[in-house]
Amino acid sequence: MEKTQRPLSPHLQIYRPQLTSVLSITHRATGIALLVGTLVLVYWLLAAASGAEAYGSAQQLLGSWLGRIVLLGFSFALFFHLCNGIRHLFWDAGLGFELKTAYASGNAVVIVSIAMTVLAWGLAYAMRGGT
Amino acid sequence: MKFRTPLARARGLGSAKAGTHHWWMQRLTAIALVPLSLWFVASLISVVSADHATVIAWLHSPLVAILCCALIVATFYHGQLGLQVVLEDYVHSEWLKLASIVLMNLLSLLLAATCLFAVLSIAFGS
Repeated sequence: MEKTQRPLSPHLQIYRPQLTSVLSITHRATGIALLVGTLVLVYWLLAAASGAEAYGSAQQLLGSWLGRIVLLGFSFALFFHLCNGIRHLFWDAGLGFELKTAYASGNAVVIVSIAMTVLAWGLAYAMRGGT
Repeated sequence: MKFRTPLARARGLGSAKAGTHHWWMQRLTAIALVPLSLWFVASLISVVSADHATVIAWLHSPLVAILCCALIVATFYHGQLGLQVVLEDYVHSEWLKLASIVLMNLLSLLLAATCLFAVLSIAFGS
């Protein structure tokens, strides 16, 4: 059978993104990033199991500027995926499909996930005594 | 043969109950991960500046070790289910899709086993 070249939907070149579609693709992107980021968890746990020396160098690496940037990205991805995931669970229960509600919950997800990231890092810095 | 009902013919031929298994397990692990990931982040914050001995002592607690294992299993199960859908959506070559799904599933199993080994070796270690 001959393949016809019909335009696909959504036609991304002319598609105007909205909050709902951006959050949807961000949910997927953060999900992929989190799975890749579990490599950090594997590394940290193995270092802890290997002994004080390996753990010390892991802490040094994760505490470096690069390590902190990665962890900041990871923590935001986690909080976003968590909040938006809860939004998805409500949808699975058949709740919150009205356009107004979908936008309100979308805005709430953005605000709460940023707030949780700020709170977590504030607490972590407080635990470390500001360093 | 004439006395067989259509139901008897259909039995075992298709999905009658397990068709939503993937979807269901994704939601189940998601629900489990809500409290588990919040607990884990809070715990990490509390040991962020601690030395090795403190972290080992923390993982020596049975409750912590059990929750860590649950977190690891739920995380990699959830991640594997999620990434499988991504691969199914975006990889269009049939053999490449199958190969990447198999590889990703095996890899996440390996990573989960590694994490479990690390946690248990600390929990059962001296």
